[in-house]
Amino acid sequence: MIRKMIINNQSEEFHRKIKELSGEILTLCDQCGTCTGSCPMVIEMDITPSQMMRLVLLGDEEVLEAKTIWICASCYSCTARCPRGIDASKVAEALRQIKQRKAVDYLNWEDVDIEEAKELPQMALVAAFRKLTG
Amino acid sequence: MKRIPYYPGCSLKTKAKHFETSAIEVARALDVEMVELPRWNCCGAVHSLATDDLMHHVAPVTDLLRVQELKQSQKWDDARLVVLCSMCLNVLKRTNKRVKDVLEDRNKINDFMYLEETRYDGNVEVVHYLELLKEIGFDKIQEKVTKPLTGLKVSPYYGCLLLRPKDIGIDDPESPSIQEDLFKALGCTVINNPLKSRCCGSYHTLNDKALVAELAHDILTSAQKAGAEILTTSCPLCAYNLDQRQKEVLNKYPGFKPIPVVYFTELMILALGLDKNFAGLEKHYIDPRPLLNCKGENV
Amino acid sequence: MMEVIEVKLVPIFILSRRFEVPEGSTIITAMEYAGFKLKKGVGCREGFCGACASLYRLEGEYKLHGGLGCQTVVQPNMQIVQIPYTPSPKAIYDLEKINVGEEIFIDFYPEIYRCLSCNTCTKICPQDIQVMDYVQAGIRGDLELMANTSFDCIMCGLCTARCPAEITQYNAALLARRLFGKYIQKKGKFLEDRFKQVMDGKFEEGYTELMSLSKEDLKKRYFDRELNFSIT
Repeated sequence: MIRKMIINNQSEEFHRKIKELSGEILTLCDQCGTCTGSCPMVIEMDITPSQMMRLVLLGDEEVLEAKTIWICASCYSCTARCPRGIDASKVAEALRQIKQRKAVDYLNWEDVDIEEAKELPQMALVAAFRKLTG
Repeated sequence: MKRIPYYPGCSLKTKAKHFETSAIEVARALDVEMVELPRWNCCGAVHSLATDDLMHHVAPVTDLLRVQELKQSQKWDDARLVVLCSMCLNVLKRTNKRVKDVLEDRNKINDFMYLEETRYDGNVEVVHYLELLKEIGFDKIQEKVTKPLTGLKVSPYYGCLLLRPKDIGIDDPESPSIQEDLFKALGCTVINNPLKSRCCGSYHTLNDKALVAELAHDILTSAQKAGAEILTTSCPLCAYNLDQRQKEVLNKYPGFKPIPVVYFTELMILALGLDKNFAGLEKHYIDPRPLLNCKGENV
Repeated sequence: MMEVIEVKLVPIFILSRRFEVPEGSTIITAMEYAGFKLKKGVGCREGFCGACASLYRLEGEYKLHGGLGCQTVVQPNMQIVQIPYTPSPKAIYDLEKINVGEEIFIDFYPEIYRCLSCNTCTKICPQDIQVMDYVQAGIRGDLELMANTSFDCIMCGLCTARCPAEITQYNAALLARRLFGKYIQKKGKFLEDRFKQVMDGKFEEGYTELMSLSKEDLKKRYFDRELNFSIT
């Protein structure tokens, strides 16, 4: 599939914003794919962590619509293994935060099974609300 | 009796109560009294990774401030804060590091928390229960073992947050040994699970059971293939995902053999010959008692 | 002869419009003096009903204060606005049918798990309640602590208006108090015993007699009653 991408000054603005919010130097990423290989959640993701990094570098705001950023569970497997020392979990968090700061929710409380939710340790609810709601 | 401040976290007061009771009882047997922090609040479960997000650090800083207040009001043998839950460890330790290192952020947060009587000075240290055990010495713990768990094939499961990120984790993320050494001291046969630090899916268990079931299946079958009979964990959420979610695993993989998952402190209760009521063995979805009775226990 | 009292006037800003009102007025009396006819946002005028929740800022300060309109005395150049009501979710439940457990809030107010422990609610509470502490008690499943800590709440809604996690603290606390009173708190045996006595008719004769007395006799009986304590 061939996708047309337009790279302009706005793209640089998006990249800069993510760099600031995550505190990571994204240009260090050489697309080696170690993060993708380490990520346990990759089975449910629509784009891989490597692809997420690349799209951010290219300034493509489409990455904000990916399911990937919400599936990331911040397990830090990528963080521990990145050979360039980049913390990809912070990049995913920055992307989530941009959405969350506009009051966008990934978690829809109406879809949650309340009876099951009551069986969970509270930390699951606290964490889910923090990571998946705005 | 050495006294140390203790932070439970919300889940250890309710769904994971037996984790707390077993840990406190084991500590008592090792001459350590865990004193619960007064007026603690939920730490937030996850650490906020955005550089500018100070609001989500207020909760853990409030807890660290409580430790500081406790330190100032009484004499303590050990004024560090001990935690049991891996997620609480991660949040408290990471936030502590942030406010220790960045004075400006610490000042901002302290200014925001103007209702408090003192300001947090960054001098609290957070440790995990397992680190305390290591300091006591696994050989000393072995001396106190009255009923070694001989023949029990235990595979410790670390999960993500005990070991990662590297500067926060309590052991090497690729080859940890702290729980392995502990279980050897208890007389167990230690089985290495290559997926011992693979994420269990964490909070996705709320609305994406299928993902958690898949991850749990991988972690548990990997341990079983290596010969494990029981897994241990140090996190109420991992415990739920690996224990209760075996129901979903069985639905998806009918050939799956259920395997019990317990808190490591429950096995310590048995090995140290302490009152089994503190262990909470009956509180698990996959009952560990038949296996333990097979190995000579009487539970 | 009519007495003329000199009253000092102070300037205040109501909804950003300047008025001069008598010194020592409360926000409510100041608004009424300024000509506002209050139909909402006023109630008992005694600090108990929670209707007159107000937000204000003092001269030269950035701090935002919350207070009850009937209890807060105006300061010169105070800026005032009323928040008679904050939109809030109201869970519908049947107290008789609730299973009281530590996860009760997941059913009715799951948003309490979003609490950031930031104390914004505590800071704005006009009743000096430790609001965050009781929300945290709710998260821990400690209904007794939540009920006791929130006892003074008059449901003014300021905490709910300010909460960054969008929690309705006062509704959650109300549920906790109801459940605590009904299911958790120890029942006084004396109440049960007395109730049984009443239903068994122990006091029928006495009541009937009192009801048959004239107003004069009743008055006499009242003032002549035996007091088993002394007033010194």
